[in-house]
Amino acid sequence: MAQAANADFKTRLQTWLPKLVLSPSLAMVLIFVYGFIAFSVYLSFTDSRLLPSFGWIGWENYSKLWRLSHWETSITNMGIFALLYIGICTVLGLSLAIFLDQKIRAEGFIRTVYLYPMALSFIVTGTAWKWFLDPGIGLENVMQSWGWTSFEFDWIKNRDFAIYTVVLAAVWQTSGFVMAMFLAGLRGIDNEILKAAQMDGASNWNLYRRIIIPQLRPAFLSAFVILSHLAIKTFDLVIALTGGGPGRATELPATFMYSYTFSRNQMGIGAASATIMLMTIAAIMIPYLYAELREKK
Amino acid sequence: MRSFLKTKTAIALALTVSAGAAHADGHGGVEVLHWWTSGGEAAALNVLKEDLEGQGVGWTDMPVAGGGGEQAMTVLRARVTAGNAPTAVQGLGFDILDWANQGALANLNDVAAAEGWDDVIPAALQQFAKVDGKWVSAPVNVHSTNWVWANKAVLDANGIAVPTTWEEFTAALDTLKAAGVTPVAHGGQAWQDATVFDAVAMSVLGPDGYQAAFIDLDESVLGGDGMKEAFDRMAVIRENVDENFSGRDWNLATAMVINGEAGFQMMGDWAKGEFLNAGKVPGQDFLCFRFPGTSDQVTFNADQFMMFDQGGAVSPEQAKLATAILSPSFQSAFNVVKGSVPARTDVSNEAFDDCGKKGMADLAAAASSGNLFGSMAHGHANPASVKNAIYDVVTAHFNGEYDSETAIVELVDAVSIAK
Amino acid sequence: MAHATQDTAIRTGRAVRMLIYLVLILFALFYMLPLYVMLVNSVKPLEEITGGGMMNLPQLWTLEPWAKAWSSAQIGVEPTGLSPYFWNSIKMVVPAVAISTILGALNGYVLTKWRFRGDTILFGLMLFACFIPFQIVLIPMARMLGLMGLAGTTWGLVLVHVVYGIGFTTLYFRNYYAVFPTELVRAAQIDGAGFFQIFWRILLPSSGPIAVVSIIWQFTNIWNDFLFGASFAGADSQPMTVALNNLVQASHGVKEYNVHFAGAILAALPTLLVYIVAGRYFVRGLMAGSVKG
Repeated sequence: MAQAANADFKTRLQTWLPKLVLSPSLAMVLIFVYGFIAFSVYLSFTDSRLLPSFGWIGWENYSKLWRLSHWETSITNMGIFALLYIGICTVLGLSLAIFLDQKIRAEGFIRTVYLYPMALSFIVTGTAWKWFLDPGIGLENVMQSWGWTSFEFDWIKNRDFAIYTVVLAAVWQTSGFVMAMFLAGLRGIDNEILKAAQMDGASNWNLYRRIIIPQLRPAFLSAFVILSHLAIKTFDLVIALTGGGPGRATELPATFMYSYTFSRNQMGIGAASATIMLMTIAAIMIPYLYAELREKK
Repeated sequence: MRSFLKTKTAIALALTVSAGAAHADGHGGVEVLHWWTSGGEAAALNVLKEDLEGQGVGWTDMPVAGGGGEQAMTVLRARVTAGNAPTAVQGLGFDILDWANQGALANLNDVAAAEGWDDVIPAALQQFAKVDGKWVSAPVNVHSTNWVWANKAVLDANGIAVPTTWEEFTAALDTLKAAGVTPVAHGGQAWQDATVFDAVAMSVLGPDGYQAAFIDLDESVLGGDGMKEAFDRMAVIRENVDENFSGRDWNLATAMVINGEAGFQMMGDWAKGEFLNAGKVPGQDFLCFRFPGTSDQVTFNADQFMMFDQGGAVSPEQAKLATAILSPSFQSAFNVVKGSVPARTDVSNEAFDDCGKKGMADLAAAASSGNLFGSMAHGHANPASVKNAIYDVVTAHFNGEYDSETAIVELVDAVSIAK
Repeated sequence: MAHATQDTAIRTGRAVRMLIYLVLILFALFYMLPLYVMLVNSVKPLEEITGGGMMNLPQLWTLEPWAKAWSSAQIGVEPTGLSPYFWNSIKMVVPAVAISTILGALNGYVLTKWRFRGDTILFGLMLFACFIPFQIVLIPMARMLGLMGLAGTTWGLVLVHVVYGIGFTTLYFRNYYAVFPTELVRAAQIDGAGFFQIFWRILLPSSGPIAVVSIIWQFTNIWNDFLFGASFAGADSQPMTVALNNLVQASHGVKEYNVHFAGAILAALPTLLVYIVAGRYFVRGLMAGSVKG
């Protein structure tokens, strides 16, 4: 009888164990992510300034937020930045992966070169990029000293173009990583289908367009998740490269949020901007995650 | 404002203060959060450290550089929220008042009375160190921000005397431009734009107008003709900087004056250190003078150390630190290195160079004639929210986004949102 | 597998291949450029840098900036260089990477091999957590660390990094284990193997590639983190990035760019090393896991 009870306990344990193992992670996520999100949403309706405070003021922070031209700039910049960053990284990553997949000599070396920027933080590379882009000492100066005197590259100093330098540096950092993801995807493709298609006389272009690229769908989706989360969190890069300037031309929502919460002691407005950002992310990501996860069942 | 600290600390601190206090005081000393990490500054602070260690007070260093203290203020907020506030924290202007109003700072009145701070520290500075009659922080120095730095050789070569009016100044700029020298060395960062604007506004509006606009935030002055004139003058200065100014660090702009690439730079007294490091001599190689039209005024910012309440009374270590900070010997030694002037007016000027001596004399004169004002650009005229709102407009105008007419409208609007 | 996969290569002529090599080399130069700028300027005396010529090789080679950045540069009040902070970082990164990887592996195992009602929703919750902007968690996190008595400690930092890393590690392991044959797990179960036995004996031995991906990802993110390190570390646990920031961002005084660059490379060495050493397994790990449905 004792044995039976023991066995019963064991099976019960076996059914509960998986959930038990999952629970610490789940608890952490619930408290430290969703709890904090709730807290932040709550703060956006309060008069918090230096520190959280709990005087309820309704929608005032939101109405103030939308009166700030500074916020509009951040939103517009986010749109431009996310579109170009995700777009260029994907195209470049895929192209380089396809090129690198052509039985290239020294592939391992080239791959490492493409990948290493992901290993460096922008506290490290920010200064190098800042120099490189500075017309006085960087590329423009070097080109001119090499005799190409009409060469001009002063985007970082130009209000209308500075955001593109942020894109450039961001692409530099992550496109190699995206390349690696696509390369892995390419290597995982079943080559029987390819052989058949090649025998049917499909051209290289058609081979990629019709057969290979469609099979990379999971890689595209992973790349999208990684890139969009990096785009939203882009912060160090802007601080190191332009400090949000010239003027406020390269502010992004993350820098806006940080600046209002911490530099300007307007925590309420900062929280309101964070809430809007989170809702935007949710609006994009939830349908995507839903479709992805449901399909796999 | 029902604050997080006041309402929650009662319960939370009871739980956490033991952990926090053990951490901070376990070393039998002080933990100091600051952003002075460059060679000269850190060396100067080391004098203080050794002084305290000589008295048996340990020093736990907590340096966090970045953004002129912004990064350190973020860290401070995390530390206070965690119930683990450092014992002493470098602070500026309104940040100190904000923390004092949260009830987070210790009362230093006993130390102040014993050392006679009330008599030797200028009243304008006391506004930022004393809240409701209580001393809450120990001032280290006074920086003044309405200085112009000039390369003497460049000025002499072009026959330019030290300008004392705006007209003379613009004439000098024209001369330099014609001679192919960049008239004004400037770094296009919001705080640098605002530093120039500070001086320009003072010269146009005068002390009363400055007070009304930036300290009282009077909308009629913020949106008035005087302010428009100030923005027009900013536009003139914008015409006289090089094309590459955007994003440049202030010390690189100073280097342009040192090398003779540029004639003038409007910058606070910390710029002097760059000249001295380059082996230049004040009066011979470079000149320091007040921005034209502000020769009687001093706009200032002051570094201080806030003492965080460690559970009621001021700790003996905090008292020793505060005393050491305001000792005349440290005030002299530190400020000679830093380029600023002592926070107390009774320190001997013997160790200072010509620019330092002039700075000390100007400060004493401005303090006694009511011409000493907290600098808007450096957080000593209004709270961080308003300061940054003004930055936004000034920097947008300087970068050509607004004309002067739009700028004053935006200025009034931005300040009203931030208030 | 490595051989078979080469077959996605297309049949091309000589000219096209030359072009491909040209493009690949040009991009390699593009990626190397910032590192070149940093390296070349870290072995120059300061006068050469301020004299201009960012791309030029040094006229006078010197390793002094490196020595200075490591052992005598001014970080705080004392000129300690970056070395003490290097060890602080190691003490934080190693446990944080290990714990988040182990948790991710276990979560991935449960979510694919011990499925239950609502498991997909739970996974969705964890995945969405990856998108939380770190700036909004600073204040509430500080409060929680205070309440737990972990404020200003290395373990507090470890906790923070584990919390915000498990979304990614779970994602990696879940996708990897999803294609792992469930029949093997069932067979072992019938043989009477328990939950942990199956994990230990069957899944873990073949988890090498995805563990590499998870470790690289976490190591890079945690090592390079500045915001959490600055906010939650105590005086004796500040990580390398905070020290580097103090070195580079010093507000007043002469900027020693050569020392800054040397320090920056020193701070990046461990992650660079991880990429170079484990880079080969990285693509293999990605191939096996995260990019497959």
